[in-house]
Amino acid sequence: MKFIHYLEKITGISIYPLASFCIFGLFFLAMLIWVFAADKKTIREISRIPLDEPFQ
Amino acid sequence: MQIERFYYDNKIVKWFGYVTMLWGIVGMMAGLYVAIQFYAPGAAMNFAPTTFGRMRPVHTNAVIFAFVGNSIFTGVYYSLQRLCKTRMFSDRLSWIHFWGWQLIIVAAAITLMMGYTTGKEYAELEWPIDIAIAAIWIVFGINLFGTIIKRRENHLYVAIWFYIATWVTVAMLHIVNSFEIPVSLMKSYSWYAGVQDALVQWWYGHNAVAFFLTTPILGLMYYFLPKAANRPVYSYRLSIIHFWALIFIYIWAGPHHLLYTALPDWAQSLGVVFSIMLIAPSWGGMLNGLFTLRGAWDKVREDPVLKFFVVAVTCYGMATFEGPMLSLKSVNAISHFTDWTIAHVHIGGLGWNGFMAFGMLYWLVPKMWGTSIYSKKMANNHFWLGTIGVVIYAVPLYWAGFTQAQMWKTFTAEGQLKFQFLETVTHILPMYVTRSIGGSLYLVGAIIMVVNLAKTIAKGNFIANEAAEAPAREVPDSALREYWHRWIEKRPMTLMVFSLVVVAIGGVLEMIPTFLIKSNVPTIANVKPYTPLELHGRDIYVREGCYTCHSQMIRPFRDEVARYGEYSKAGEFIYDHPFQWGSKRTGPDLAREGGKYPDSWHYNHMLDPRIMSPGSIMPNYPWLLDNKLDTASTPAKIRAMQTLGVPYPNGYDKIANTDLCNQAAAIKKSLKKDKIETTADVEIIAVIAYLQRLGKDIKMAPQQDDAIK
Repeated sequence: MKFIHYLEKITGISIYPLASFCIFGLFFLAMLIWVFAADKKTIREISRIPLDEPFQ
Repeated sequence: MQIERFYYDNKIVKWFGYVTMLWGIVGMMAGLYVAIQFYAPGAAMNFAPTTFGRMRPVHTNAVIFAFVGNSIFTGVYYSLQRLCKTRMFSDRLSWIHFWGWQLIIVAAAITLMMGYTTGKEYAELEWPIDIAIAAIWIVFGINLFGTIIKRRENHLYVAIWFYIATWVTVAMLHIVNSFEIPVSLMKSYSWYAGVQDALVQWWYGHNAVAFFLTTPILGLMYYFLPKAANRPVYSYRLSIIHFWALIFIYIWAGPHHLLYTALPDWAQSLGVVFSIMLIAPSWGGMLNGLFTLRGAWDKVREDPVLKFFVVAVTCYGMATFEGPMLSLKSVNAISHFTDWTIAHVHIGGLGWNGFMAFGMLYWLVPKMWGTSIYSKKMANNHFWLGTIGVVIYAVPLYWAGFTQAQMWKTFTAEGQLKFQFLETVTHILPMYVTRSIGGSLYLVGAIIMVVNLAKTIAKGNFIANEAAEAPAREVPDSALREYWHRWIEKRPMTLMVFSLVVVAIGGVLEMIPTFLIKSNVPTIANVKPYTPLELHGRDIYVREGCYTCHSQMIRPFRDEVARYGEYSKAGEFIYDHPFQWGSKRTGPDLAREGGKYPDSWHYNHMLDPRIMSPGSIMPNYPWLLDNKLDTASTPAKIRAMQTLGVPYPNGYDKIANTDLCNQAAAIKKSLKKDKIETTADVEIIAVIAYLQRLGKDIKMAPQQDDAIK
């Protein structure tokens, strides 16, 4: 495959995986906090959406 | 709050359901056919379209894209309407999707049997069909997102996020993996080569498993299991967590298909680590499904639908534990290239995908025809036949895989390899026979299902348009306590974009480095492009699907180096568009086949492998000896390769056929010395040239000239 801009060396490349793991980590931390802080009633309502119940 | 009346479209669901059953039977029969060829190679009937190399992709494409694919659409079209409390966005798009997909399937079956293939596993279909797939996928996407946007239910139930992630990721995978340069109407070369192609291919391949065979089915599980059990899912919070974890982690696992190969070590390690981490979200899904039935196991005893779902989810759990175990390098050293991989695949395919489809159909058909199942007894019989079939399929293959791997690695006390390759194959033939019995049981069960459902349909009345009513969607009050996931649930397009970003991260980080680093793939000075004749031979190798039985990747193990020669280096494959490392050794590895045998050996071996290898299970390839080589296509092939960066000299396409004829004449002469008379213009000459080139470059002394050899 031909690309135009080649990296000449790979030293210091670790900033990219580091950045991605930070994004991943922060995202998941935030998600976990919100999931466990969620309102019980809302959770119950949403989990019952597929079941045959008259509309609320 | 105004109540609106509308109708769900059941007709599209019905038709997707019909073709699910049709292609399921067809795909399983194709599977049985290729399974029989392992111990009865004559079943190919000396006919090119029915050889294993061509029929194997027919089987895989039929069961994955035709059977499971249509089962996904059946379930999505049914559940999405009811979860959104609205009819599908566009009936017309529904039908374009339906007919488009079925036409693609038919085109796939025909073209694959005719030998039109890219030579890339699970992406064998040539470029015109790739374009059609993209078009129909977009049609499906418009219908999917249009329905979600016009929904009356505010919240996006978890099944819908799985559908969104599926749609987004499959689009990304298909487009990236299908970068290929057309040479003619039904022939193309992969844009990627060698190691890069391997990485892209298995990034795609593993995520086809993840996002075509797992996430949409998890979505279906989250809808149909609660429906069938009439209870809500065990933990909605768990479903949120495992959804995001699954789609992030799964993408990185692709390199576990390439352990101990010439793929760079850092990529292999990433694949291993993320595959192990994947156990958590996968089992989150399994446990969520099984725990939904806590306290309701008496229902499972009575209801065939729930029986199928329970075994399906359990097989999902088994396969998603086995998969990470197979991703450990030490385990993979034994399992790779053996039948253990096939056993693993079929636990997932038969157990998870098949049984989820069956359970869903058993639930849907009585519902949509307003009746009860014709025979609960037949359904139970199907359940048992299928379950036992899965076991009798997998266990012999575990045995075969272990046995073959151990036999490959056995040395005598004097330090020689104890077993010839062929011995390791003939030793496990009884396992292949048993496996096909297991598969037959599974198929018989599926046929019983079709009969049962046909009789159910006959005694019912189809409800083409199911009446429903729901209030119009209320504008959400954003001032209240809304947690962020409800925020994103209300924004399906944002959810789509976020999912795309999440799944793209893994691919970008694993693949971009290999493209951008000049010295990433160490170039080996002696490795030169294929000659025109060898290129033709390689294309024939791809056409006949030789990679489905023969690998071209010698791993750095003592037994492999002893049996096949120097282990394979990344730099040897830089001109391989596509790579052909293979996934299975039903036949020996060919990476250093060049120069091992005289030309006449290969001639006779293709005519009838049993002439040179008594007891071989390889099919005959007599047409190679008679088919004329298509030298008219040489210039186009050379030019295509030049575009891809292969360093043929400028203008070489015009004189390539001269070199081709010279090399062919030399081979004809060497065959004549061994008393074989043939013209120089037949395909076997090209195949011999290719096979005799394999792995030879690194053995040569450094060259001074720059001419193509």
